Amino acid sequence: MRSDYSRLQVTALVALRFAIGWHFFYEGVSKAANAYWTSAGYLDQSQGFLAEWFGNMASNPSTLALVDFLNVWGLILVGLGLMLGGLTRTATFFGIVMLALYYLATPPWPGFVYSIPAEGAYMIINKTLIELCALFVTLLFPTGHIIGLDRLVRLARNRGSAQDTQA
Amino acid sequence: MSDEIRNGDDELLDDANVPVEDQPVDQPLDEAVDAGEPEYTDPGERDEPPADEPPAAEPPTAAPEPAAGSGGMGRRDVLKALATVPVLGALGYTALHRKGLAKEERARLLAELGIEDEGAAVFSELETMTHPDTIRIGIVGYGGEGASLVRSLGFAHPDWIQARREARIENPRDTWLDEWLEQENLNLELTAVCDVFDVRAEAAIAASTQPIRPGGDTRQLKPAKRYRHYEELCNAPDVDAVIIATPDHWHSRITVAAAQAGKHVYCEKCMTRTEEEVWPMADAVKSSGIVFQLGHQNRQMESHEKAREVIKKGILGPITLVETTTNRNDPWGAWVWDIHEQGNPRTIDWELFQEAAANKVPFSLERFFRWRCWYDYGTGLSGDLLSHEYDAINQILDLGIPHSATASGGIYFFKDGRDVPDVWQAVMEYPDRDMTLVYSSTLANGRDRGIVMMGHDASMEVGTRLKVTADGSSTRYKDMLEDGTVKRDRPMLTYQSGFKGVDAVTTPTQEYFASRGLLFTYRGGKRVSTYYLHLREWLNAIRYGGDTSCNIDRGIEEAITCHMATKSYLEGRRVTWDPFQRKIV
Repeated sequence: MRSDYSRLQVTALVALRFAIGWHFFYEGVSKAANAYWTSAGYLDQSQGFLAEWFGNMASNPSTLALVDFLNVWGLILVGLGLMLGGLTRTATFFGIVMLALYYLATPPWPGFVYSIPAEGAYMIINKTLIELCALFVTLLFPTGHIIGLDRLVRLARNRGSAQDTQA
Repeated sequence: MSDEIRNGDDELLDDANVPVEDQPVDQPLDEAVDAGEPEYTDPGERDEPPADEPPAAEPPTAAPEPAAGSGGMGRRDVLKALATVPVLGALGYTALHRKGLAKEERARLLAELGIEDEGAAVFSELETMTHPDTIRIGIVGYGGEGASLVRSLGFAHPDWIQARREARIENPRDTWLDEWLEQENLNLELTAVCDVFDVRAEAAIAASTQPIRPGGDTRQLKPAKRYRHYEELCNAPDVDAVIIATPDHWHSRITVAAAQAGKHVYCEKCMTRTEEEVWPMADAVKSSGIVFQLGHQNRQMESHEKAREVIKKGILGPITLVETTTNRNDPWGAWVWDIHEQGNPRTIDWELFQEAAANKVPFSLERFFRWRCWYDYGTGLSGDLLSHEYDAINQILDLGIPHSATASGGIYFFKDGRDVPDVWQAVMEYPDRDMTLVYSSTLANGRDRGIVMMGHDASMEVGTRLKVTADGSSTRYKDMLEDGTVKRDRPMLTYQSGFKGVDAVTTPTQEYFASRGLLFTYRGGKRVSTYYLHLREWLNAIRYGGDTSCNIDRGIEEAITCHMATKSYLEGRRVTWDPFQRKIV
């Protein structure tokens, strides 16, 4: 893989990746630390074409427990992956999936009113969607193999293949 | 490798062209390249760190990699691979530190308040019981409330089942029918019905044999027998217990008849229409030893029991003012109920309906179907809604009968011929408790105002959730307010009914959810109807002994309080309670 980034470009991309990772990680950790946290309220006020699906998750206690668990640990693992630059592509991909679910659960589309108000004014585009777009950028402009654990993996693999070649 | 610089249009790219010959051969290439970065001083003049102390905090850099296959995984590679770890460490440390602090604060606060951490929900999971003996129920008054009560016992009208099924098809999240079906099999029979309106009596009979019932009850039941007069129903040998859901002006008489016949009574609120009716009713219940329950199903609210705990622990400090409210803003909420198309003098026994009323008037569909609008049959906001609000406060504070009451209001919006006010305020004084209870209501505005209890140290909002906020000038929390353990603008304690327990100093998100009441109330993972719980408590007291939560003494307090406020309004003066004569003066 080649990455023809300038040093500033690398810095910016790593900063973006790290910032999103931090956000994911801390959202996950704070939910894990709060015994009272549940996604029920969020799911229950879902609107749009997936509202029924999300609502069903909230109305069944055992499904809800599973959803809460997956959400919390998904956030933590994606956050760690992005921050450390380990399994970066996988983490980025799942991060995008999670953000898409958040976005579709309560899309800020005209005509939908939520009982949990947003902290800003949004139409169609909200911060979740912007974060999703940003993650998409980091998926297409990867940096884990430059600054991140993936660098070691890559080096090890390269060395392996070099030895193979020599052999 | 990857981070070579190729974009020639960036001025920093020059570093890719740093002459390699300056670099000691045995040093990793990229270190030397970093040293040659144009934004730094000339490599030749720069104090180079010794080769074994690479500049760890260097920003991500562009460097010619050791060629793939050249063998080494240099220190620089390791550094770049782990570059983000120190920051992550800082994040982890901060998060843990913050969590530790929060935990410490929380523990300190809970200890100070005397509340057990994660205290269990007040009511444990509902255990399904089997009841070997059948209780035979008679219903007097199968209107809206009567139908709800009978349905909560397991006898739904076929139309209701149909409507719930259709609602569920339309909205799969409408699980009302399922929740109802999951109720316990209370082992009851609806054997008797008395209603002065033929259509409603027939509807009750249809409900009595409707074969779909909760708790897997598959018995074939005989249709309920209709009685024209409540006395016949009370004296029927196949009736063990009577539910009274008539207008208020009948409550006392029917309870007396039932008690004298030895039948247990579940009576709707307000307990009586007048002060005078309270005493024969109370005497009959007490002397007969029947089990009596007044229909304030709020007694089953878990959050009210938790509020009692909060009060008992003195968390609010001395409470001087309690404000409770009713705001409704639709015709139905103002008792402009539907007039049944089949209602007429032939289908309604009007003379029997108004037999217990103070004034006799010619047949009136409005008066029959919208009886709460007239003092002849009820007491308007007082008996309908102050009664509920008062009972909730009485449940939490054990207030009893007030020393005095003053009320005012008027018919300001629904000028439809009614004689009860639609905007009405009542102030009850409790000098021996050093507090005032204010009730404020309007039927022409839907603003959400709840119950607020105001103490010197904190205020508590009571609903399906509790929210306790410290007072900025509190004596008790002075230190905690100063050191920030307790914040003025954030609740120091919230409790969500049916949820995991007491939650102190919640995260903003949690507070968000709680403050909007978005979380469900569960008991054992299920939403449960308070009607059902209140009736079940009554039935269990009949079968297994024990007292009901809204017994005749609570009923006396409720009725007298409401009648004091009503009397004050009607007579335009402050009234007081004479505890020796047991009379409103």
